[in-house]
Amino acid sequence: MEPSTSTHAHHPPQSFLSKYVFSSDHKVVGIQYTLTGLAMAAVGGFLAYVFRYNLAYPGSPIPLFGELSAQQYNEFVTCHGLIMVLWVAMPVIISGLGNLLIPIQIGTDDMAFPTLNMMSYWVFLLSCIILLASFFVPGGSAAGGWTMYPPLSANAYHNTNPDFWTALFSGNSLVIIALALEFVSMLMGGINFIVTTINKRAPGMTPMRVPVVVWMLNIASVMFMFAVGPVFAGAVLLLLDNVIGTGFYDPARGGDPILFEHLFWFFGHPEVYVLLLPSLGVIAEIISVFSRKPIFAYKTIIYLSLVSAVLSVMVWAHHQFVSGIDPRMATFFSVGTIIISIPFAGIFLSYMATLWGGSIRFTVPMLWAIGFIGVFLIGGLTGLFLGSNTFDIYVHGTYFVIAHFHYTLFPIVFLGFFAAFYFWFPKFTGKTLNVTLGKLHFWLTFFSFNGTFFVLFFNGLAGQHRRINDYTLFPSIMQEPYITFQKVATISAIILILSQFIFLFNFIYSLIKGKKAVNNPWNSSTLEWQTDSPPPHGNFHTYPVVYHGAYDYSMPEMKEVDFVPQNLPLEKKTI
Amino acid sequence: MSQYSQFIPLKSVPQGRLAIWLLIAGEFVIFGGLIICYLLYRMRYPEWAEQTKHTNTFLGALNMLVLLTGSYTGVRAHAAALNKQLNKIVLWMSISIICGFLFLINKSLEYAHEISNGLTFNSQKLQDAGDSVGSLFWSFYYIMTGLHATHVIVGIIVFTVILNQARKGKNLHRVELGVMYWHMVDIIWIFLFPLLYIAK
Repeated sequence: MEPSTSTHAHHPPQSFLSKYVFSSDHKVVGIQYTLTGLAMAAVGGFLAYVFRYNLAYPGSPIPLFGELSAQQYNEFVTCHGLIMVLWVAMPVIISGLGNLLIPIQIGTDDMAFPTLNMMSYWVFLLSCIILLASFFVPGGSAAGGWTMYPPLSANAYHNTNPDFWTALFSGNSLVIIALALEFVSMLMGGINFIVTTINKRAPGMTPMRVPVVVWMLNIASVMFMFAVGPVFAGAVLLLLDNVIGTGFYDPARGGDPILFEHLFWFFGHPEVYVLLLPSLGVIAEIISVFSRKPIFAYKTIIYLSLVSAVLSVMVWAHHQFVSGIDPRMATFFSVGTIIISIPFAGIFLSYMATLWGGSIRFTVPMLWAIGFIGVFLIGGLTGLFLGSNTFDIYVHGTYFVIAHFHYTLFPIVFLGFFAAFYFWFPKFTGKTLNVTLGKLHFWLTFFSFNGTFFVLFFNGLAGQHRRINDYTLFPSIMQEPYITFQKVATISAIILILSQFIFLFNFIYSLIKGKKAVNNPWNSSTLEWQTDSPPPHGNFHTYPVVYHGAYDYSMPEMKEVDFVPQNLPLEKKTI
Repeated sequence: MSQYSQFIPLKSVPQGRLAIWLLIAGEFVIFGGLIICYLLYRMRYPEWAEQTKHTNTFLGALNMLVLLTGSYTGVRAHAAALNKQLNKIVLWMSISIICGFLFLINKSLEYAHEISNGLTFNSQKLQDAGDSVGSLFWSFYYIMTGLHATHVIVGIIVFTVILNQARKGKNLHRVELGVMYWHMVDIIWIFLFPLLYIAK
C-alpha cells in the first residue's frame, strides 16, 4: 500500500530556512536536538556553578551572579536536576544520537516519518522555552527538588493563591507543562526510531548485524515508552492539584503523596537505563574500532541489555526506602537492585574482553570511551551500596547520593556524548577536529570531574544533606576536613565548567578552519563511514547491501586490510 | 548472494500500522497508570460506594453502545476502503463521526447533571456532609472520563481529516489507521465503564 523505502522521491531543499531550520532531514534534526541540548547544558551548568559556589563560600556574593537566597538555592538545585536529566541528557543522548545515527547506520535515506520527526523537535523546543520562562514568573521556578514530590510541589502555592490563572502561570505548573510536552516529543521520536529500525533496514542488514548503538537506542525507546505513561498521568494529576485544587496528593482530602513517588520513580529509574544504554552503545562502537577487534560477545551484549530493560522496571522503590516502605517490600527491591548490576557487569566484561589483546589506538574518542568505563565503574559500585536498604537509610539525601548519581550520569551524558562527538564529528560536518585540544579537553574534564565529586562521598558519609544551603548554621557537622572538601569540590567544578570552553573553541574553530575530513578516518566498517563526509541529502549515492556484521575487524580471511566495509563481501579464504 | 537471502523484511506490517500500534501501546500505559491509581484508592476507601451511586449507568451504557456502533461503521469503512468504494467510505465514516458527537453530547449531559448536584472535584457539599474523601472519587471520575473524552474529540478530528482525503481517493490506507485509533478509544471506555459506573 505504501512504499517501504523511497529512494528517489526526495529532492534536496533549497532555501536556507527549509534546509537548516524547518528541515525534516534526520541529520539536521539530530544536529538541532544536539545543539539545543548543549545550550540547555550551559544553563544547567551555570545554575550548578552558582549553588556550588554558595556551598563552599556561604553568604559571600557569587561572581557573575550576586547574592543567593535560600529560596533561590532551592530553585537552582531543582532546575539544575530537571534541566540536566530531561533537557540535556534526553535530547543529546537519545534524540540527537538516534536521529543522526539510526537511518545512516542501517543504510537508509531518512526516518520512517520525517515530518513527525521535525514536529517532535519543535515540540521539544517549545518545552525548553516554557521551562526557561518559568524562571521569570512571580515566585520563581519550581523549588521542590528535581523529583517534584508533593506537597512541596503541589499545594504550597495553591493554598496562598487560589486564583486559576495565577496558579497556571506559577513556576511549578509551567515546569510540569514543559515536562509533559517533552514526554510527548520523546514519544514521537521513539515511535519513529522503532518503526525506522524495523522497516527500513538495508537489504542484508539482519537484526544481528545492526550496530550495537542502534540496538541500544531501540531498547531504550521501548523502555521509555513503557515507563513514561504512569509519570505522564502523575504529572497531569499534579498539575490539576496545582491549578484547579483537586486533592490527588493531599492527605487531608484522601489523597496520598507517596502515590506520586511511585509514579515518578516507575519512570525515573528506567530513565537512567534509557540514558545508559545508548551511551554504552557508543562506547561499544568506539572500543571495537580502536581495538581493531570484533566486539566481544555481540549477541550476549544485546541479550543482557534486554534483560536489564526488563529488570529496570522492577526496582523503582529503592528510591523510597525512607518513605515509610514496608521492610519486607524494601528487601524485595533491594535484591532486585543488586541483581540488575549483573547484566551491566556482563556488558562491561565484554568491553574489557574486546580491549584484551587488541591493537589499541589512543585517539581522542578512545580516551573518552576508556574514561567512561573507569568513571562509570565507581558510579556502579557505589550504586550497590545504595541499593542495599540498610545502608541507604543512613545516607539517603546526602552528598553520598549526589556523588553516586553524578558518577553514573556524568559519564553517561557527558563522557558518552563527547566520545560520540569526537568520533562522528568528521562524518557529519566534513571537518577534522584538533587532536591536541581534544586531549586537553579530555584530561581537564576527567580530573576536574573526579575532583568535584569524589570528595563529596566523604561529605555524604559525614552526614551532610544536599538540600541545606548554608552549613555554617550546623558547625558540628561542618568541621575541618569537610570545609576544605566543599572548597575542593567547588574549585574543581569551576575548572570543569571552564574546560568546556576548550571544547566550544575547538568545535567552532574546526567548523570554520578545520582540515577537510576523509570519508572514513577511523577505518570503521559500519555503513555511515562508507558515504561522503558530510553525507548528502538521502545519505547514500547507491543504496548499500549488507554482507556481514558491523564489527568484523582483523578477521582471518582478510588478507591485506584489517577491515571490510559492511557493504562489501568478506573475501573467502577458499575461493 | 547467500547472505542476501538472510534478509527478512517485515513487509506484512506497513510502517503506518506499526506506528499506530506503538501509539496504542503508549496510550494504554498512560490510562493503565490512571486505572491502577484509581483501583488502589478504591480498595482503600470502601465509602466511595456512596459516590458511585450517583453515576448514571444507563447513560454510560448508552455511550458504550454509541462508541461500539462507531467502531462497527469504522470497520465497514475499512472494508469499503479495501474495495476502493469511495461513496461507502464517506457514508460509514460519517456515521462514525456522528457517533463521536453523540458520545460527547451524552457525556456533557452527564457532567452537567453531576456538577449541578454539587458533585465536583472539590465539592463543598460533600465537605459539609462530613465526607472528606468523596470528592477524590469525583476527581478521578472527571480526569479519567475527561481524558477519554479528549481522545474521542481527537478521534473525530482524525476521522474528519481522513474522510476528507479518502473522499478524493487519496491515502485510502489511512482509513484503517484511523479505525485502529477509534478501537483503542473504544477499548479504554470498556475498561472505564465497569470501573466507574457498574461497580457500585
